[in-house]
Amino acid sequence: MSSRETILQRLRNRTGGELTVPECDFSVLVRDDWSTKERIERFEKMIESVHGEVHHCTEDMWMERLAEVLNTRGARNLLIPKQHEIGQSLRTAGRNDLPELLIYDEPIESWQSHLFNEVDASITSTRGGIAETGSLILWPNEDEPRLMSLVPPVHIAVLRASELYTTFHEAMKAQNWAAGMPTNALLISGPSKTADIEQTLAYGVHGPKELIVLIIE
Amino acid sequence: MSETAEHTGHHIDVKEFHPRAQAAIHDPKIRKNFRSAMDGLMSKRKTAFEGWDLETLRDLGANVRLRALANLPDLLEQLEKKLIENGIRVHWAVDGDEACRIVRDICKARDAKTVIKGKSMVSEEMELNHYLEEQGIEALESDLGEYIVQLADETPSHIIMPAIHKNTGEISQLLHEKTGTDLSNDVEYLTASARLQLREKFMNADVGVSGVNFAVAETGTLCLVENEGNGRMTTTVPKCHIAVTGIEKVVPSMEDVSALLALLTRSATGQHITTYFNMISGPRKAEELDGPEEVHLVLVDNGRSSIYQDDELLDTLRCIRCGACMNHCPVYTRVGGHAYGTTYPGPIGKILMPHLIGLDEGRHLPSASSLCGACGEVCPVKIPIPDLLVRLRQESVDGDKLHPAKVRGHGAKRSSMEAMIWKGWAWMHASPGIYRFGTGAASKFRALQPSKAGAWTDYRTPPKLAAKTLHQRMKERGQ
Amino acid sequence: MVDPIKVYPAKPAKVYFYGTCLVDMFYPDAGIAGVELLEREGIEVLFPQNQTCCGQPAYTSGYHDEARSVARAQLDLFPGDWPIVVPSGSCGGMMRKHYPDLFKDTTDEVKAAEVAGRVWELTDFLLNVCHIKLEDLGEPTTVAMHTSCSARREMGVAEVGPKLLGQLKNVNLVEQIRPEECCGFGGTFAVRHPEISSAMVSEKVDALVDTGTRQFVTTDCGCLMNIAGYAEKNQKPVEGQHILSFLWSRTQGKGGSSHE
Repeated sequence: MSSRETILQRLRNRTGGELTVPECDFSVLVRDDWSTKERIERFEKMIESVHGEVHHCTEDMWMERLAEVLNTRGARNLLIPKQHEIGQSLRTAGRNDLPELLIYDEPIESWQSHLFNEVDASITSTRGGIAETGSLILWPNEDEPRLMSLVPPVHIAVLRASELYTTFHEAMKAQNWAAGMPTNALLISGPSKTADIEQTLAYGVHGPKELIVLIIE
Repeated sequence: MSETAEHTGHHIDVKEFHPRAQAAIHDPKIRKNFRSAMDGLMSKRKTAFEGWDLETLRDLGANVRLRALANLPDLLEQLEKKLIENGIRVHWAVDGDEACRIVRDICKARDAKTVIKGKSMVSEEMELNHYLEEQGIEALESDLGEYIVQLADETPSHIIMPAIHKNTGEISQLLHEKTGTDLSNDVEYLTASARLQLREKFMNADVGVSGVNFAVAETGTLCLVENEGNGRMTTTVPKCHIAVTGIEKVVPSMEDVSALLALLTRSATGQHITTYFNMISGPRKAEELDGPEEVHLVLVDNGRSSIYQDDELLDTLRCIRCGACMNHCPVYTRVGGHAYGTTYPGPIGKILMPHLIGLDEGRHLPSASSLCGACGEVCPVKIPIPDLLVRLRQESVDGDKLHPAKVRGHGAKRSSMEAMIWKGWAWMHASPGIYRFGTGAASKFRALQPSKAGAWTDYRTPPKLAAKTLHQRMKERGQ
Repeated sequence: MVDPIKVYPAKPAKVYFYGTCLVDMFYPDAGIAGVELLEREGIEVLFPQNQTCCGQPAYTSGYHDEARSVARAQLDLFPGDWPIVVPSGSCGGMMRKHYPDLFKDTTDEVKAAEVAGRVWELTDFLLNVCHIKLEDLGEPTTVAMHTSCSARREMGVAEVGPKLLGQLKNVNLVEQIRPEECCGFGGTFAVRHPEISSAMVSEKVDALVDTGTRQFVTTDCGCLMNIAGYAEKNQKPVEGQHILSFLWSRTQGKGGSSHE
């Protein structure tokens, strides 16, 4: 008998007999419907409490703010999506206050070392955010691959205020995650951190040292 | 040589709990490190649940876990089916050795020489690192705490904070000796050095091995909770990702996950959520530019299906590995994680390990508790840990004819001397006349009370017999 | 799975008093104080002379057959429908919470559950059933309180002691750090793991001493003999007594019937 069958058979022929299935009432996870303003405030408070940085932007001026953010950090380049409108607008803006724009359009194998060692910052879109915990929802894809939000020391995420959910429970329901998930999905709540050395917080242990959120209101 | 025999691992003798505990108690550094860390974690947890109806949330957590366990075989099959549809390969292992061999075979098939690991307690259970090293495959931990512990050739002393027993000075010294970093008490510098060292390793590793916090049957999704990003690196950068998990980790849907996640991180470290919640539902698709080509899940039984047989013991399998029980345990706080000599220390270790290693080898574990109940009070899925400790105490002495013991190695702690003492005690206390005579006589001759009473009086004065018992005084009052 | 919500009974005419073996042999004054407080509230106290021990020491040591035989001898002591009051959270917890489990699948199952449902920790009973009002006759003093783990977690009475002490106008209740942490008694734990137990009790004693008070009260005689015994042996300046002794000594001579 295979190990699979051995295990499943032991579970199915349980000596204690059939187990009762309890009811699960998820209403404790449901929050009152916060206003957009409340959601933004909560999101900002939560993500700042874990060392994230929030910039309030409009459709008109987010690129200007982005340029400031990058320039104050002396970023030499910025990794952008190729197809997404964020990438499109940046490429066609013709701004001279932005650093070199890089596109992740080759398999990682061909430029891993460059990505790990030479890229200073990245910008990605989000599939919304979660106010209660100060989290960003990312579904990486071929346009915005998984490592874009992980490897560069600065990760900038664009979040539309209208796409802020109150809770994870709400977001997951509203976006119907049950219907199917992408190969990789993420909740990101702050920059990479550790407290493994005597409970002292340190940022950027493996992933970005900084997480910057541009909220488009 | 049989394959099992190749796997020697490096066992710590669980039976040596007493001397290790004693040594820890007399080590001021251990006492201070754990006391301050646990105090911090307890207060953070308290704050994190402010504004929540915590009891209702814990009820939900318990019910979500119980529901999943009630449907466990069906859910495992559903999970397997969905994962295969998603392109993830599924393996089943009855024990740690088989799980190790599965990992090895995957590595060998890819001609892999180096494995980078994300934090996984199941892999500690399997003693995977030592096994792989014996097979000529380098296995390197990437979680900073695990990395430190591995460099020191130690085991984790806490399931969430593996290196909690070390202070900054010791870690600096260790990194200096093993990796050549400068001596420094600057945690940021030490962390940055580890980042550089490990980034090299991530880029060059052939295989990434991780654990799983929740496996979702409905969507075929493996969920990982972490702060550092090493888990994401491990599951994204190498061309092959192997996830190992206990069979109890499966839940029906993402909705279940939303409840457990709300409890897990707040209970563990007082965080509302961790930095990364990583949900993996498949290998890299043709059009994708990164991610592993292969993803495997190894479902490990290793004693769990035995626990599953019994209605009471089953509750052990609800655990979501938050570590809150150890953070709040007055015994763990005093002796630290290494004293237990087990993969899982603290209260959860005391109720889980006897099933993994047998109650004969683990017979000292259930008694090392004052049954204060702090663990059960904070458990996010309401595991009645103190009741399970009592159950295992009963099992270790075969103490209940009505409910015969079942755990492997039961009865190992029974001594005929102790059994006789309890028999005599029961005879006296089940016979009121004899009890009154005995206690009355003790009071009458209390001047003869010995001033020493074994271990009690090593640290305390003995309690003093009263001149008259309450029985006598109530009788005098006509009651 | 969810603990049943406590439903306090109306104040009864009589109660059964279950003294516990530690009170019986070592701290009968605490028992008498409990009886006096109940009687002053106008309650007749019934003391079954055939009571011995609730069975807990054997139960927590894993000797459930022995625990059951001792516990069975207690089940017949309370034939009337009166509440059973216990001056201990630990023995109360054994009877209230564990008797139903211990007698499950036996012929005594129904009786055990019935008895368990009538068990009350005595201070809880005084506060929430008798609605006791204490008048403090003592000199101003300071005291700390240690609520036993079983009183706190099994009987759910963590708030009770401080509320009762709060009624005493000349008593200043101070709180030690980590009030909810175990003192390290744990019954046979104290002798099976003496080093761990003593590490726990030494910190508890330090916490009490650090409050600046010289005295503490507690709900349970196990904690009392552990904490006070450690303090005495190690010459730490803090003494303890059962909370019932303290409450009675602060208020005695006042009100209702008093027995000579």
